[in-house]
Amino acid sequence: MIRDPVREGLAAGWRVIDASTLERAQDFEADVVIVGTGAGGGVSAEILAAAGLRVVLVEEGPLRSSSDFRMREAEAYPELYQESAARKTLDKAINILQGRCVGGSTTVNWTSSFRTPPATLAFWRARFGLADYTEEALAPWFRSMEERLGVHDWTVAPNANNGTLCRGGERLGIAVEGIRRNVRGCWNLGYCGLGCPTNAKQSMLVTTLPAALSRGAVLLTRLRAQRLLLRGDGVEALECVALGPDGIHPRDLRLRVHARHYVLAAGALGSPALLLRSAAPDPQGVVGARTFLHPVVISAAVMPERVAGFSGAPQSLYSDHFLERDPVDGPMGFKLEAPPLHPVLFATTLHGFGTNHTALMSEFPRTQVLLALLRDGFHPESAGGRVQLRDDGTPVLDYPLNRFFFDAARRALLAMAEIQFAAGAQRVTAVHERCPGWAGWRQARDGIAALPLEPHLLRVVSAHVMGGCAMGDDPRRSVVDGRGRHHGIGNLSVFDGSVFPTSLGANPQLSIYAMVARNVTLLARELGGTQEAPAAETAGG
Amino acid sequence: MVTRRQFLMVGAGAAVLLTAAGMYQGIRERRVAAAGFAQGPLDERARQIVGALVPVMLAGALPAEPSRRVTVARVVDGVGEAVAGLGAAAQEELRQLFALLDLAPARVLLCGLWSPWPQAGEQDIARILERWRFSSLGLLRAAYAALHDLVLGAWYAREESWPAIGYPGPPEVA
Repeated sequence: MIRDPVREGLAAGWRVIDASTLERAQDFEADVVIVGTGAGGGVSAEILAAAGLRVVLVEEGPLRSSSDFRMREAEAYPELYQESAARKTLDKAINILQGRCVGGSTTVNWTSSFRTPPATLAFWRARFGLADYTEEALAPWFRSMEERLGVHDWTVAPNANNGTLCRGGERLGIAVEGIRRNVRGCWNLGYCGLGCPTNAKQSMLVTTLPAALSRGAVLLTRLRAQRLLLRGDGVEALECVALGPDGIHPRDLRLRVHARHYVLAAGALGSPALLLRSAAPDPQGVVGARTFLHPVVISAAVMPERVAGFSGAPQSLYSDHFLERDPVDGPMGFKLEAPPLHPVLFATTLHGFGTNHTALMSEFPRTQVLLALLRDGFHPESAGGRVQLRDDGTPVLDYPLNRFFFDAARRALLAMAEIQFAAGAQRVTAVHERCPGWAGWRQARDGIAALPLEPHLLRVVSAHVMGGCAMGDDPRRSVVDGRGRHHGIGNLSVFDGSVFPTSLGANPQLSIYAMVARNVTLLARELGGTQEAPAAETAGG
Repeated sequence: MVTRRQFLMVGAGAAVLLTAAGMYQGIRERRVAAAGFAQGPLDERARQIVGALVPVMLAGALPAEPSRRVTVARVVDGVGEAVAGLGAAAQEELRQLFALLDLAPARVLLCGLWSPWPQAGEQDIARILERWRFSSLGLLRAAYAALHDLVLGAWYAREESWPAIGYPGPPEVA
């Protein structure tokens, strides 16, 4: 029997309220209210609660835990993901995977843990005035969060899906390295994306949030933070709307949370959207701008041997060969990784229909897939997208795909196909509506060169939404300062991936953990927290 | 190639049709509500459209008769469940799309389909899907992508689809 720390906590008296079941409006008071329970909200909650501050967490998604995680896509996508894992950009050319549950994306991510690349930090210091974002200054915070969340080298043999990247890379002289993972006692099942059934993944759901709840934090679920009520240069209250039993449509029930300080950790679409709905002062139109995705293009290969990409740690190897070849602000570089292969995710991502699609699906156990994550936001022609509000106030990202992007996408498709053939692939298919699939590298090279790269024809996905509330030292170009404090509103901080002024060039969870740990520790002191936060102790302040 | 003029005409036509369909849908919903019927995520006409698409989208994957008909109905149910899990805005867009496709003029203009959906031949449906998939209109390419994801997702979410693709299903943990 696997222990479920969340159900145990509920039985022990955690204060958790599902707003979809509330019978009447009820207001809450706290020292700090945190919007969102993902990487930023989880770390914030633990450190603030440990400092003796009264914390209220507001989460739009439901509370689910290991007893609910049955590794079935039909259940996991509607329960745990934004818009059932079918969130789209405005023109619907990019599909976005983002968590929407207690723990946010950390509940459903694939556990890849990278420190922020030095080239990214150097760019931030040079272009955004983030002088203290150095490797040295951040190192203690990375160490402390790595310790807290069990981030370590993954020494188990990679599954064949990842192994193919290694084999192909070796034959071409492309360096492939191991990915560190935030797991303890991992069973190597391969279902991280559907919620970890064994609580091995050290997501916010089983680490920081239980710690905060055990110290008396209040968690409100299925509650949408609607707007900040502003007065003068401060926030007076957070107005929230309860969601209905479907967790989607709002009910006619509003409540308010009053706090000394307000923390936005709703993610890179949610946080800017909340500021936009609140009509927060934004004379330069910076809020929601420069939102980045690490847009991903995909290459699927049929291997002679069984791959079983649904089994084993989903991401254990990567290559930065094509990130490091050019300067960070040159032609867009890309990181290579492999994804987990589950039937719904693969079938819906794969182009075409009817007998062609069925034929590709019949090779599922021998299918190997590579992803190229494009590093957006560093070149003038890579300005990212802009968060807009729909009529109902929900966010939608307008992210146009331009020639600069498609140039990199073509190079990425070439690189992936060459690696797959070098590893022995029998057939490689770029995931593109016009791709017939190729039986050899030369054929693929000519075919990819001729593919018309256009929105919708080329499949583009993303699991890393960043930016939209950029940090920086210049209020005309950024929303918050380097400590996550809003430039204009005194008692408001943004502690999530929306503060990144560019994309990262690496999976974002660990960067969010470490940077938020530092910024929220500073906030806790400022608010007169009585106890030192554990993260700060280990980090030596 | 579609000329810019043709593009604008079709674009305007589609916009007018979308608006008309929205109004039409509104009227129908009120009628349905008045008659006391629950309004599920897919109404009967939307189910007919999806039901016509399913055998074509899943050609080569569905079982033979006699179980084929039941399987198609289950996939249509699955599409309904998937729609119900989407965001409110996406649900509304799909309602409008199905309402639009249910209008005879739109069926003819956007799909080149003269017969009602349940009577359409599989080759006709395949031709429509190909037309949308490579359409110069982003709206139709996006509609194709949405139907693609809904139908294929609904099928491969079902355990009965797994043996044919060699997927053993999730492991046991206890």
